Amino acid sequence: MNLSRRQMLILLPAAAVAWKSVLAGTPEEAPNYKMSEHWWGMLIDIPKCIGCGNCVRACAAENDVPEGYFRTWVERYHVSDEDMTNPQVISPDGGKQGFPVVEKEDAGKYFFVPKMCNQCADSPCTQVCPVGATFVSPDGVVLVDQSYCLGCAYCVQACPYGCRYIHPEKKVADKCTLCYHRITKGLTTACCESCPTGARQLVDLKDPKDPIHEFLKTHSVQVLKPQMATGAKAFYNGLDGSVR
Amino acid sequence: MSVFRDAGHLFRFAGLFVLAFLLFLVIRGYVVPRSFGQYGHYRGNAIGDIAAHPVKFAGHQACENCHTDVLDVKKAGKHALVNCEACHGPLSKHAEDPASVTPVKPDTAVLCARCHTASVAKPKGFPQVNPEEHSSGVACGTCHKPHNPAIDAGGAK
Repeated sequence: MNLSRRQMLILLPAAAVAWKSVLAGTPEEAPNYKMSEHWWGMLIDIPKCIGCGNCVRACAAENDVPEGYFRTWVERYHVSDEDMTNPQVISPDGGKQGFPVVEKEDAGKYFFVPKMCNQCADSPCTQVCPVGATFVSPDGVVLVDQSYCLGCAYCVQACPYGCRYIHPEKKVADKCTLCYHRITKGLTTACCESCPTGARQLVDLKDPKDPIHEFLKTHSVQVLKPQMATGAKAFYNGLDGSVR
Repeated sequence: MSVFRDAGHLFRFAGLFVLAFLLFLVIRGYVVPRSFGQYGHYRGNAIGDIAAHPVKFAGHQACENCHTDVLDVKKAGKHALVNCEACHGPLSKHAEDPASVTPVKPDTAVLCARCHTASVAKPKGFPQVNPEEHSSGVACGTCHKPHNPAIDAGGAK
């Protein structure tokens, strides 16, 4: 096959354009799942949490979370009667293996607070990303595009809830995806699936049949750090004022 | 057009700028992924990439499809709302291929204590025991059926 210089000059750019569209591919999407029909969040019912650590272990297993890092963790608060503003908080290994037993009743109260990404609608972490690697998806989940992330850790510093970390091997930002690979297939998150007491509930705020709407109407529900106006969608029932 | 008589060098310079801009557009076309900006200032295909992560917890619906006998026992007791994998661990591999991947039965002495060990820190209404005083080391499964643990409800073995 003999090609003239003129033919080559036309063919080469055309081939390049064609090859580019081959590389780009088509987006993968779960069948019957429409992003525009969902707005995900989480309900965390503090009076139901027993601090067993099932959610922390399940999250680590489901999402291959490296040892010593947490996408979700459980804190135990001990608030004494006199000093509301200085609670004693422990979270040994993120609460993965439960908590030390408290045998004697003493002054103050104890309770467990499961923490995770609050899936903020106006998230501070996505606003600081210099390369567009983290974003709020159209169904309300804060995600990280790990093939785009540079690992600059701006987002790790920006998250007011401390929910992000730099993955020690991949060297990119990592965080709770609200088990995006599960919720798009009609499953609940790994932490909700493994919670024995129902202290965690995945909620879909765009689903009119979701019991969350009734729950929000009838309970005193709070989000963490409401003064930061992050639009947090992790709703805490029975949250004590001492929780930070 | 005497103004442009000696301005050839300016046109050549402007031409260079235009060329550089075109080159920028071409390179930009290559390095910016096609799906960038599909939904916002990010790569739209990233959503599909994240959704492609493998599932490890099959979900209780998958378990209940086959283990209907266990479901009937469980439904009648206090553990009705505890999902299977809360105790048995992630078992999507077993759900996909029940014959070759068989789960190990959890050790009740460890498993039950994780939730039911008495601690002042736990909610008052939650059933708790001191394992030492309650059974002095005998595994919980010796007396209780984990799927419906209350002994007077026929849960005793």
